[in-house]
Amino acid sequence: MPNHIDTRRRVLTNRLVMGISTLSAMLGLAMLAWILGDVALKGIHAINWDFFTKLPPPPGETGGGLANAMLGTLLLTATAALIAVPFGVMAGTFLAEFGHGGRVAAVVRYVSDILVSAPSIVVGMCVYLLVVVPSGHFSGWAGALSLAVIMIPVVTRTTDEMLRLVPTEMREATLALGAPYWRMMLGVIYRAAAAGMTTGILLAVARVSGETAPLLFTALNSPYWLDGLNGPVANLTVTLFNYAMSPYDEWHTLAWGAALLITVSVLVLTGFSRIILGTRIR
Amino acid sequence: MSRKPDTTPTPGRVSLSTWGDPLFKGITFVFAAGVLALLVAMFAVLWHESAPSRAAFGLGFLTDASWNPVTERFGALTAIAGTLISTLIALLVAVPISVGIALFLSELAPARLRTPFGVGIELLAAIPSIVYGMWGLFVLAPILSNLVQPALANSLGFLPLFSGPQMGIGMLTAGLVLALMITPFIASVTRDVFRMVPPQLKESAYGMGATTWEVVRDIMIPYGRKGIYGAVFLGMGRALGETMAVTFVIGNSHRLSASLFAPGNSIASTLANEFTEADGDLYLSSLVELGLVLFLITFLILGFAQLYLKRMSAPGGRS
Repeated sequence: MPNHIDTRRRVLTNRLVMGISTLSAMLGLAMLAWILGDVALKGIHAINWDFFTKLPPPPGETGGGLANAMLGTLLLTATAALIAVPFGVMAGTFLAEFGHGGRVAAVVRYVSDILVSAPSIVVGMCVYLLVVVPSGHFSGWAGALSLAVIMIPVVTRTTDEMLRLVPTEMREATLALGAPYWRMMLGVIYRAAAAGMTTGILLAVARVSGETAPLLFTALNSPYWLDGLNGPVANLTVTLFNYAMSPYDEWHTLAWGAALLITVSVLVLTGFSRIILGTRIR
Repeated sequence: MSRKPDTTPTPGRVSLSTWGDPLFKGITFVFAAGVLALLVAMFAVLWHESAPSRAAFGLGFLTDASWNPVTERFGALTAIAGTLISTLIALLVAVPISVGIALFLSELAPARLRTPFGVGIELLAAIPSIVYGMWGLFVLAPILSNLVQPALANSLGFLPLFSGPQMGIGMLTAGLVLALMITPFIASVTRDVFRMVPPQLKESAYGMGATTWEVVRDIMIPYGRKGIYGAVFLGMGRALGETMAVTFVIGNSHRLSASLFAPGNSIASTLANEFTEADGDLYLSSLVELGLVLFLITFLILGFAQLYLKRMSAPGGRS
């Protein structure tokens, strides 16, 4: 019976495709395990007290650590967040509260969504041309600024989405009590959306703490202790890049250590934001 | 009497409610406009600073394969070709796997496996690109040069694509690392698209005796076509502009080659390697024009991605 054969072929095709699909998912998890495993195994050798407390060693010498780069990355990220969070929260507030489906809000939303995935190296290049060239030197400020530019669209869009999740009734109830709009936002709506907004900010911080490209031309890197944001600032990602590309084994070890540290911090931040929101992350 | 009734009890309140709200709205508007200003400023500075290069090379910049800082002759062809080829390899590998993963996550996986698998895929998306690059250089590249490239050369070596130096570093490696990076993005968006398919549609098809694959092929993929296009364009936009993962493994050579094993470069890797070392105005300006080209291409592709995703998702949908 041709019909019978046809059914068998359909079932076999189905099994084949389902098998491929399952294998794809397994492959994804296997790659995750492989990469994390390699980073952990190779990075763990670099992790010791010196790694967190000392300056990098000169080429070819053993010992030393990346304490200056850790401090620098923390400072750059924190400064970037200080710039980007108020900026993004305000912009997101406009989109959710005053946009009213208007054209301005639609365009800003569209542009932010694009900027979220825009190439970060171009951001670094623009900040180089706008800040580093006129001031005549690389600086932590320029680095923090380019990280902030990358954070802003993320914070803007998360704030927008989270504010729109707050029920209208809550706004009406507050306004009915005679509160002005700004008072309602500060006292009620931001609080209601706080968990979601914190998630967005943490995700943005996680994302920029692993960014390298925008720092190459702005914060540059430095083998010395942090000396303010007016000069080049040591940071983990550019250090990782330079050390991994160097010919020295000791520097390779430190680079793996940096990779482990960055990966763990990013994954912990991402995990935290997931717990806060209690739902799926993007 | 046409005067508005005074509903506020104290004079202080009157003044706050008259200027407080317009001020608040004004501030938020300024910052929202600021997001647009960022984009305009980036475009303006790239356009302005690339003026010397545009004046010197014109549109020929895009089709010239030379890159010579000594004679100050620059063309973008090698970098553009490298960007497109590595992205194409990445998409060829990543799209089928991502759709497979999305299918597994939305249809096949038992309920209690969905969360761990979903989290795993999303963690893959969270790993910083520089870690992918370093892993590609120290782990993947040796495997490719020792095992994969000899095998490809033995079986398909008659094609120019698979002949040439088996160093483990080059266009193929860059494409594979990119594939690994964009797979979680495409997979998680596609999974969300699959989940938007109304259950009635799927159940009707199952009720007619369709197999799971037939439901996917004839119901879910046609229904979610725009969203899947969006997911693919999103992955493509990421791959085009990815810098660190590519810079580690692409080999950084300004020579066009028919072989996928040969080292090459992409726009982003050229910028990462040469921008701080560029001496001479024309050199710097040419690199800025490369950046401008990259910015325009990714903006266009990501614009398409968002259009498709917006059309797919419900009002107030994804970010």
